[in-house]
Amino acid sequence: MNIQEFIENFAAQFDETEPEAFTAETRFKDLDEWSSLAALSIIAMVDDEYDVIIKGKDITNSDTIQDLFDVVAKHRR
Amino acid sequence: MYNPFSLSGKTILVTGASSGIGRETALACSRMGARVVATARDQGRLAETMSLLPPVADGESHVMALADLTQPQDVDSLLKSLPPLDGAVLCAGNSMTLPLQFGSREKFNEMFDINFFAPVELMRLMYKKKVLQKGASVVLIASIGGTHSFMPGNGVYGASKAALNSVMKYAAREYASRKVRVNSICPGMVDTPLIHRGTITEEQLAEDAKRYPLGRYGQPADIANGAIYLLSDASSWLTGHDLVIDGGFSI
Repeated sequence: MNIQEFIENFAAQFDETEPEAFTAETRFKDLDEWSSLAALSIIAMVDDEYDVIIKGKDITNSDTIQDLFDVVAKHRR
Repeated sequence: MYNPFSLSGKTILVTGASSGIGRETALACSRMGARVVATARDQGRLAETMSLLPPVADGESHVMALADLTQPQDVDSLLKSLPPLDGAVLCAGNSMTLPLQFGSREKFNEMFDINFFAPVELMRLMYKKKVLQKGASVVLIASIGGTHSFMPGNGVYGASKAALNSVMKYAAREYASRKVRVNSICPGMVDTPLIHRGTITEEQLAEDAKRYPLGRYGQPADIANGAIYLLSDASSWLTGHDLVIDGGFSI
């Protein structure tokens, strides 16, 4: 898995935030559009695209998209 | 002592009896004097439930029956082993927190297999084979989700429970000819292992519990006590009802 594709999949869960706003360093919980439903969509996207089951606390413990990418990458090993 | 809620002399089937609402219901039924037939998939945890049940007063024994109710052969052998029943509480089920746009046919199938097809098929066969005696009471554990509440992320789960509530009402009409009553309980969030699987964090759960007018999530006993009422002769004139027990959440 590569980070660029992960960022695209991550950005696809948002409707109002411009795709350019998403980088590896984006602190996603600071986004205006961030919500508990967005968190559920990220969990479901990771299951769908990467076949990894992450938990709510993996989201809570991640600040940036890179942080979450690292969690998913670790599970895939 | 006058007790219209007594289950003394009744034999009650409880599915999903290895944990959560099912275990508490098995326990509550036995405390009210019933002989319990408890079923679940996990042998160790079901045996633990059995060890908690006080003995039956009239010398009969509770029955432990391992079964995966999504497997037709398990349902067959369970049906063959069942004594005539005065009641059944169908608790076995699962939850799924998933935004609807990820609710593929596969996910719906998974949820409907355990929450809808398994209890509906068991109820159908218990009625058809007359395992449910005249005057028996069936209690389906549904949810406020899908009929009284529509929280984001609960669509696949809620749809399976709404379908269950619908069949409950049809069954209540049809089974009335044998005086078999069919009702459901629609719980709000109840503190069981089901809700602590991590998709929703413990912090989010604690925050959510504050949104309940009575200030907390339900305990399994809150639901088991509702089942006692629906199983007992106290509710002999009640059928086709979905009893909401949710701390006021859906008001």
